[in-house]
Amino acid sequence: MHQLTAILEGIGSTVQLLFRAASYTPSLWRQRARFIEQCYLIGYTTLPIVAILSFFIGSVLALQAGYSMSNFGAKQFIGSLVGLSMARELGPVMAAILLAGRVGSAIAAELASMKVYQEIDALETMNIPPAKLLVLPRLAAVLVMMPVLAIIADLVGWFGGAIISKYTQSIAIEPEAYFSVLRRFMVFKDVLNGLIKAEVFGFAIVLVCCNIGLNTRGGPREIGAAVTRAVVVSLILILVLDYFVTKALL
Amino acid sequence: MACSPTRNPFTHPETAAVGVSVEGLSKSFGRIEVLKNITLSVEPGEIFVLMGPSGSGKSVLLKHIVGLEKPTTGRVLVDGRDASSEETRGQVRMALVFQSGALFNSLSVYDNLALYPREHQVADEATIREKVMRALQILSLEGAANKFPAELSGGMKKRVAIARGLVMEPQLMLYDEPTSELDPVMSATITEIIATLKDEYHVTSIVVAHDRELALGIADRVGILMEGELVSLGTPAELHAPKDPRVAEFLYPKIDLKNPRFKKLET
Repeated sequence: MHQLTAILEGIGSTVQLLFRAASYTPSLWRQRARFIEQCYLIGYTTLPIVAILSFFIGSVLALQAGYSMSNFGAKQFIGSLVGLSMARELGPVMAAILLAGRVGSAIAAELASMKVYQEIDALETMNIPPAKLLVLPRLAAVLVMMPVLAIIADLVGWFGGAIISKYTQSIAIEPEAYFSVLRRFMVFKDVLNGLIKAEVFGFAIVLVCCNIGLNTRGGPREIGAAVTRAVVVSLILILVLDYFVTKALL
Repeated sequence: MACSPTRNPFTHPETAAVGVSVEGLSKSFGRIEVLKNITLSVEPGEIFVLMGPSGSGKSVLLKHIVGLEKPTTGRVLVDGRDASSEETRGQVRMALVFQSGALFNSLSVYDNLALYPREHQVADEATIREKVMRALQILSLEGAANKFPAELSGGMKKRVAIARGLVMEPQLMLYDEPTSELDPVMSATITEIIATLKDEYHVTSIVVAHDRELALGIADRVGILMEGELVSLGTPAELHAPKDPRVAEFLYPKIDLKNPRFKKLET
């Protein structure tokens, strides 16, 4: 019962934070320096790890597909399998998981630390709402950067699959044939669905991590607990949202 | 802390110190009652010092005045407005100097001070610079403008926190143990700063302190909280010979090595 109350309180405070942050949207232009800084932190610093991971996911997909599809002579369709899997599912999900681990945890740690060391109280006494100064630029930045991360994840994953398909003896498909199949079986909607998913995941992760950070109570030990909670909640949220968004977009 | 006779960039023609009225304030956290039916008022322009043993509820009372806590019963009015309402913070300029300083660690000292006027767009960047540098000059911190909080000593952090409050041109300035953890000379310096600011800027000051010298030296009135109750309220002169034995023990504790307190507690 206590846990259920805590979950409902968490949902309530997150929605409240969203509305508060949204109400300060007109101030975003004045906060462009913070917005750009957050774009750099959320997008640029996450990019290398997203690229590395996506390359290997695309590669593994191609390997697995090659292994199973060659049994019934369908290995020429590897390109479409890797393409669709990366665009519709793995690109946005992997980008979101990395965002939760790298950016979500950092946001929760920073805001929890500000809360514990009374910086948030100081902002409130100065009549500077944390939702405006700390949450809005991050939400805006993730909305801009998340599709970029997802597109990079898709592209690098596709290329990973193409390289492995060419240089693995049991598959041995030329990149031209790989990309030709990928293009034939994919439509723009597949990529768009993935981008919508990425947008939803990224927005939810940043909002939840901000809320957990801002609601931290207690001493320095709670900062670590807040980070763990933020990452765990984000990961669960990604998978739950994935189901509902996929169902809605099908 | 001498201030140069240059034009004071802080004095607003419309600025006026505000009064505070605490009416039957009680606050409980769970089953623990931290404040018990506190009633007091602070006049505009007054320096009011709140003293009491650790854990007596002083900082909680301060948080009620700036609206960071909501009363369980009773109310706190700042300039006649409900302190717990968000609108009050927009209408009355209040600055709280936290015990820890609560400086923004990711910002330089200069940006810590400039944050309030920038966010509220109260002046152009040149005027903000003038105000910030003047505040740093008053607190003898000119050389620290580009440093980050992590590079400052405890005393400097407290002075930066006071300077940050000053840049807000507050009508009500609250200090939470401004002289704790400081050496005697730095404590005296901070005490002089608080008294000087009151004279120079006509701000209402509420100071939570353990420091008897500070309280008796600069306060217009002193309130003493014990276990959440206001047990004494009067001028410093009245506190030189307190009638309440608890207040006398708190203000003028005697060190008795033959009959130490901890032995009394054991029995």
